[in-house]
Amino acid sequence: MTLSLSLNTPSVSDQVWSVGRLNTAIKALIEGNFPPIWVRGEVLQCKVWSSGHWYFTLREGRSQVRCSMFKLNASRAGKPPADGTEVFVLARPGLYEEKGEFQLIVSRMLPTSAVGQKQQELERVKTLLQKDGLFDPLRKRAVPPYVSTIAVVTSRDGAALKDVVTVTRKRWPCARIVLVGARVQGEGAVEDLVRALKLVNRLPGLDLCIVGRGGGAREDLAAFNSEQVCRALANVRVPTISAVGHEIDISLTDLVADLRAATPSAAAELAVSDRRDVLRLVDDLSVRLASGLTGRTRLAAARLARSADRLHAGIEGALESRRNLADRLAAQLDALSPLRVLGRGYAVPMDNAGRVLKQRADFIKDSRFSLRVADGDVRARVE
Amino acid sequence: MPKTDPSRSAPGLAEELARLEEIVRKLEAEDVELDTALELFEEGVARLRAARERLVAAELKVQAVLEEAGGDLRLTDLDA
Repeated sequence: MTLSLSLNTPSVSDQVWSVGRLNTAIKALIEGNFPPIWVRGEVLQCKVWSSGHWYFTLREGRSQVRCSMFKLNASRAGKPPADGTEVFVLARPGLYEEKGEFQLIVSRMLPTSAVGQKQQELERVKTLLQKDGLFDPLRKRAVPPYVSTIAVVTSRDGAALKDVVTVTRKRWPCARIVLVGARVQGEGAVEDLVRALKLVNRLPGLDLCIVGRGGGAREDLAAFNSEQVCRALANVRVPTISAVGHEIDISLTDLVADLRAATPSAAAELAVSDRRDVLRLVDDLSVRLASGLTGRTRLAAARLARSADRLHAGIEGALESRRNLADRLAAQLDALSPLRVLGRGYAVPMDNAGRVLKQRADFIKDSRFSLRVADGDVRARVE
Repeated sequence: MPKTDPSRSAPGLAEELARLEEIVRKLEAEDVELDTALELFEEGVARLRAARERLVAAELKVQAVLEEAGGDLRLTDLDA
């Protein structure tokens, strides 16, 4: 809206809103800014319509607000409260667009008297457990990164087990889920849950325990606030996740468990890794392993090449000195060779057997001998 | 504080991957002998193969545990 708005008549440049547009905008403004909240007040003129919806006013002192409670939620709230009944309502503020009326959309209604009693009991148990250190952050254990066996303490037929199975099958199928069945609401639920949690400690090879149930009314979650159940949960030997599906309330098992999840599906998400992530990690390790070895062998090859060079040089050196020695020896041998002497014009007399005739006595009259000269033998006779 | 059950599953994936990480780090360091490097590589390949098979081949198993009259535990497969 602009400050230059004409107060007498709307001008062409002024924005003119339709009522519908205004209501839609206000509705978005209100509903976008409020999470569900608990409001306390007195009920006035609760009307039950044929559709099953309830319409009433909630009053506190001189303030009041219109409330709507739709059929499904109304049916869970029991009988419509009499005028003046003090209640807590869980509601989202909203706007009834057609009438432009501000209202609360109520999802839960609890008489404060009933809540009072339950709340007192809850506070008593909570104080006890707190005193015994069951909520101590220091006793929280981490969930192992790659679990192989998960115990699920819940009802055999409930949605919780199915949700945990569905999420685990999708993310981490290389696991085993062991259901430890227990009633989770109504009579016998506390005893069942305690027995099941004790049984968990007897399962071999367990990595993790999820205890929980799908969403329900506050009364249905009572077993998860029981002192015995909380103590049994605290004694479970593997890390625990409490998943009592309710977006608003926190149960005492949520405070005792190592981790809290809003729903059983969320518990499974916390419990298991995503297989695709782990496969990527394995791939990464494969690449690093291969390049690690390549790097190492390249280094070895370089070292080997260097040492081979030295070896080659060594052999060459040895060969060279041998060759020099051979040449020297050959030269000496050559110098000593009688052929070299003959070359200078000397001749060696030898008899037929090849013996050298060295003195006069060796020469017998008329005997034949040969003279070895530089280029061959010459036949000769003694006179 | 309760202790984690000591009778936990056989060498788990976490240990397997931790050992692989250790092998790779050793190989990446230059001061490892060639013989050792080859041994590490062989071990690494075997462990990688085992880890991959473990991850890929498996199918989620869902069971229920029941306590029998004598106190023994019995596991049965569930179609969940």
